[in-house]
Order: sequence, then structure tokens, then C-alpha cells
Amino acid sequence: MATKELSMGDVVSRSAEYEQEMDTEKMTLNMGPSHPSTHGVLRLVLELDGEVVTKCDPELGYLHRGDEKIAENMTYNQFVPYTDRLDYLSPLANNVAFALAVEKLAGLEVPARCQAIRVLICEMARISAHLLGLGAYAMDTGALTVFMYTFTEREKLYTLFEKLTGARLTTSFTRVGGVARDLPEAWLEEVLHFIAQFLPVVDEVDALLTRNRIFVDRTKDVGVISGEDAISYGLTGPNLRASGVPLDLRKDRPYSGYEQYDFDVPIGTVGDCYDRYLIRMEEIRQSARIIQQVVETIPEGLYYAEDAKKIFPPSKEKVMSSMEELIQSFMITTQGPQMPAGEVYFEAENPKGALGFFIHSKGGGVPYRLKIRGPSFCNLSILPKVCVGAMLSDVVAILGSLDFVMGECDR
Amino acid sequence: METVDIIWIITKAVIVAVALLSFSNLAVLAERKVSSWIQGRVGPNRTSIPLIGSIPVIGTAMTRLGLFQPVADGLKLLLKEDPVPDHVNKFYFFLAPVAAMMPAVTTIAVLPFGQIISDGVVVPIVLADLDIGILFIFAVSSLGVYGMILAGWASNSKYPFLGGIRSSAQMISYELSMGLSILPIFMWANAPGADSGLNLFSVVQHQQGVWGVIFMPGSALLFLVSIFAETNRLPFDMAESESELVAGFNTEYGSFKFGLFFAAEYAHIIVGSGVFTALFLGGWHPLPFLSADLLPDGLLGAAFSIGIFLFKVCCMVFFFIWIRWTLPRFRYDQIMKLGWTMMLPLAIVNLVVYAIIFAFIDG
Repeated sequence: MATKELSMGDVVSRSAEYEQEMDTEKMTLNMGPSHPSTHGVLRLVLELDGEVVTKCDPELGYLHRGDEKIAENMTYNQFVPYTDRLDYLSPLANNVAFALAVEKLAGLEVPARCQAIRVLICEMARISAHLLGLGAYAMDTGALTVFMYTFTEREKLYTLFEKLTGARLTTSFTRVGGVARDLPEAWLEEVLHFIAQFLPVVDEVDALLTRNRIFVDRTKDVGVISGEDAISYGLTGPNLRASGVPLDLRKDRPYSGYEQYDFDVPIGTVGDCYDRYLIRMEEIRQSARIIQQVVETIPEGLYYAEDAKKIFPPSKEKVMSSMEELIQSFMITTQGPQMPAGEVYFEAENPKGALGFFIHSKGGGVPYRLKIRGPSFCNLSILPKVCVGAMLSDVVAILGSLDFVMGECDR
Repeated sequence: METVDIIWIITKAVIVAVALLSFSNLAVLAERKVSSWIQGRVGPNRTSIPLIGSIPVIGTAMTRLGLFQPVADGLKLLLKEDPVPDHVNKFYFFLAPVAAMMPAVTTIAVLPFGQIISDGVVVPIVLADLDIGILFIFAVSSLGVYGMILAGWASNSKYPFLGGIRSSAQMISYELSMGLSILPIFMWANAPGADSGLNLFSVVQHQQGVWGVIFMPGSALLFLVSIFAETNRLPFDMAESESELVAGFNTEYGSFKFGLFFAAEYAHIIVGSGVFTALFLGGWHPLPFLSADLLPDGLLGAAFSIGIFLFKVCCMVFFFIWIRWTLPRFRYDQIMKLGWTMMLPLAIVNLVVYAIIFAFIDG
């Protein structure tokens, strides 16, 4: 179908032609903050020439809560619930990233079992986030049923999260120096069971979309981001890897014992919406691989760092029986885990990209300054570049493929 | 014409129109139920009417199947506040839903949906057995675009405007291939010497042996795709495309005016399925190579033929729903490309090929 006449890509020459012929006017279209496919409260001010976008102006801040300022007024552990609300599709991964950042500040190593639990919940969070991302992306392109399929699986994951943490969404599971509690009985078998029945569903979604002609037409060569652009705009996560840049912090700067596990990092070639879809599809499978390995090799031991006297409160029995432990518990609860003075920056590979925490401590249990690098914020920065020349329907596909969450974008 | 005749004609017309509207309500229910089955959900299974719903077995079954849901849906739309934004063009704003509904109710008049055999003569069951049958259907159904373009224009708002523009361009483009795709059927039905014109009844009678879909699969496919485009169903639902245009042309509508658009969509699907059944699926003939003339004389046979026709229409409606919940949506320019560079040439090739075939057969 070589039909140059009908393709509407070449905006500049076309509009120049039109301006000579007739008096045309561009239309400003306000997309969002409440629009079915802006995934929350993103607002795009689009300038349209017909249906072709000539200018895209993202407006943020509709979900701004001042998380970074709030962090200065509470102890490190009290901030954990706020990390749930950053990327609220993968709260467990945010919890882990924050805990790791604070532990880096304290120079603390957690036991192997705690590390394995953290890897496990991170990968489960990644699967849950990608499932929602893919479902919403498919729904944006019009395939409504895929969303329900992935959502059903995500629901099962949430049931597992509930058994583990007591909450489905606001998990708040990590503490500085450990996690809130050990794994429940027989929970790991349930995880394995979930993975076993979940992989066929991924194949089904694969069959519905990957070679679907309409889906491929809608996403292939749409919203192409080159590797250089992706780096210069600070993209991370699946969006960066789709553009062919092999950056995965789990491989490059392994944390929490990721180096023990065997997994592949999928890399795209073109950097279009279709590549971003494929990357997420493959990451789900790789995460399932990691989870299976973790469950097989999970070590026995403590789920918190026992030697961290001023950071992780002692166990209940000791508090009830020993004076010193009682004082410790009291001090940690009221004044927060005691940190040395210093500055630290830590990034973890979250489902949406690199979630970074910069902590400036002057000692004590409260950060002096805390800054968050939200991957969605950086990923969205490329919108004004990538949307120009696309059609209105492409904007929706691009938004879906960038898979952002306004919670961590606005913070 | 006597008064009694006029009353009888009006009664028949009202019955058919009411039946169409009830079926479009049921189609809404079917959409909700089938989509939930496809998606692994349950669908509406709570709504109940006090007395009927509490009949032991039947009432519970009806509640579970959601058979009362259309009543609740319709009442909800009727009783809601009917907001008319200040910035709209009132006249066209009110006219648009009517214009959307009108073609469906009008085209049903010439669609034969059964036959009755009296004294050995086969008579179609149809409101108006026009010689120009299909031409009339095309003429009237192409007016359906006015409903959307008027809604988009009168709403004086950007998303409906885009929806209206999209749907008008799309419907005009697909009308061509739609018309061309069914020409071979009429070339086939009009053997030399026969004088049936563009009558739908004669096409159905011609399929007593071979069904159109078996003899002309190409035409059937092209026509089917065109109906999808004409009824604005996914993957061709450019006018609505809720993930891009919020609700498309009916964004500014609420209450019963929205209900009319909604019902019109399903009425169009039913009429489109009816036309497809008549043209390609052998109408009321039970099976390929099995003519409806086996049916008993009189009213019983008539009821059977209507039943067979309705069954086929229901299968088509199911197909429409199935497709909607399976496929993603095209992009606007891809739809235009598909219409002009694929569908239209294919329809022309299809027409020429069959013209040559018939020239050989008849010549």
C-alpha cells in the first residue's frame, strides 16, 4: 500500500501548501486532566492541524502533594506509606527502593532472606504494574478485552499482596533495615502456583495483540524515540530499553542480591510504541523467571538486620523482657531510626524506570532534605517532541506505551 | 383505499417499528452479557421486577440472565435530567438524535423477514415490497450520517466536532464499496428474462439452493466490513472512539437524547444484519440447499420462516458483538486508506470477475 498522497505525516510542507491556498486555522484541543486515556490527571494542550498534532504542551501538577516537603517532617519509617503513593501501581517496589536508599545512607546490609524477599516483592510488583500498563495500553488502542484479562491476573497478585502485607494497594511493607514481617506460611507455594497459571494468560494476551494486524498498524513506527533522544531526555526503564539502550540497574548496578538471579534484559530496536509493548511483555516473563528462582533458593534466616541497634526495633519478646531493648524500641519509634549525617543518592529499577531517592541527612531520625526522581516525570518529558506530527489517535497510543503514573510524576 | 386497510397498514408498521426497538434494547443486553462472557465477567444479573422476578424458577432465571436490565436502562435514560448546554445550536441539537434513529426504522420497512405460503403462492412478509428494495435501503441508510454530523456540529464543542467529521468522511467512503459489493448478487438474482429488479424478496428466493455467501464469499466479506463501517462499530468506531474523543459525537448529549443515539446504533446493527441475512445468508431458508418451501402452509409456516430469519439475525448480532470485544480500533487515516485503496478496488475487481462469470454462464 504505497499511498504517499494519503499519508498525513509531512505536516510542514502540507501546511505551507494550505496556507497559500486558503486561510486555515489551527485548533487547540485540551486533552485532560480528566480524559479517559490520560491515565490520571495529565493535561495535554494539543495544537491540531486537522487531526495532526503540531504542538503538544503537557501540563503537570494536578496531583502535586508536596511529598518531598512532607518527608522533612517525619521519620524515615513514617515516610514509607508516602512511597506507596508515588507509583501507586507498584507500591512494593517503591517501598523497597526507599528502604534501600536509607540503608545506603546508614551503610547497612540486610540479611540474605530479607534481600530475597525484597527481590521477590519487587518482581511481583513489576508484573502487576506491567499487567495494568499493558491492559490500559491495549484499551487505549481499542482492544477492551485484554484489559480485563490482565486485570484479572493483577487481582490475583493483589490477593497475594494482601496476605503478605495486610493491604492490597497501600502495602507499606518495608522498614529501614528489614521488612515489616516474615512471609506467611505457605505463601511461597501460592506464589509459585500463581506464576504457573499466569504464564498461559500472558501467552493469550500475546496471541490477542502481538500479531494482531490492527494493533501492529496502530503502534508500529508510531512515537519513535531514538536511542540518543531517549538518553538526552532522561528516559529510563522499559521506554529507554525499547529504544535500544541496554540499561537495567538490576544488571548494571545490582542491588539487593539481583546478581544471584539469572534473567535477560529485553532490548528494542526501533523505539516505537510496538517495541515498548514487546519489551513489557518480555519483562513480565523475565520477572516470572526471577520469582521462580527466588522461591527455589530463598535462604532461611532473619527478615531484618539484627545488628542494626538504632535502626530496626527489636522483637516484641525482647522488648517485653529486657530494659535496654524497651528503651531502644521506644527511641526508634519516637525519634526514628538514627542515621549518620551525609548525602546519598540511590536508584532502583522500578517498573516504570529508575526511581531515585536523594537523601540529605544531618543525623537523627528525620531527613534534612529528601528529593525523589520519578521515572514517569522524566519519561513524559519527551512528549512535546514525540507527539509532533502524530495523529490524535497516535497521541493516545504514545501515552499508553509510555506507561506513566501521575502519582510519581507530580509527587 | 378503505379506512380499514389504512388502519391495518398503520398497525403493521407500528408493530414492526416497536419490534425493532425492542430488539435493539435486547441487543444492548446481549452486548452487555456477551462482552462479560468474553471478558470472564458475569454481567447484569441483579435487576428484577417485583412480581415477575419473584416467580420461583423462571423469575430467578430471568433475573440471572439480566432480562429486566433493558427496562431499567431505558427508564434510567428517560428519567434522567436532560441537560442542554448553552453553547449548542438548539434546533440541530434536538434534530440529530432523531436523524440518527430515523434511517433504521425506515429501512426496516422494505426488509422482508419471512414468507407465507397461501394457495401455493409464496408471498413475502414485508411492510412494503418495493421493486427498488436495496436502492431504497441505501438511499435512506446513507442519511444516517446526518445524525452524527449534525450532533457533532450542533454540539459546538471540539471532541464531538472531531467525531462528526470522522464519521461523515468514513461513512461516505464506505458507501461506495458497500454498493459495489452487492451488485453481483443482483446480477445473479436477475437471470436474463427475469424481471425482479432490485427487490430483496426475489434475492432471497433465488438463494433457495446456494446461499449468496457460498457463491460470492468476496462480496459477502466486503459487504460485511462495510456494514461495520456504516454502523460505526469497532474496529471502525471513529465517531465514538471513547479512548480518544471521550464519547465522540454524543459527548454533549445526556438522558433520552443519548438513549436515542444508543438505541439507533443497535437498531442499525439489527437492520444491517437483516440486510446481510437477506442478501447472503439465504434469508429464511433453513439451510443451504434446503428451501423454505418445505415449511407448512399458512401462519405456522410463516412463524417458522420468521423464526429462522430472526435466528440468523441474532447470530449476526452476536458476530458484531464478538468482533467489538476482540479487536483494537483502526486509526482514522488507516480507515480511509483501507476504504479507498483496498475495499474499493477489491469491490470493483469482484464486480468485474462476477460480471465475466455471468456473461459466460448466460452467454
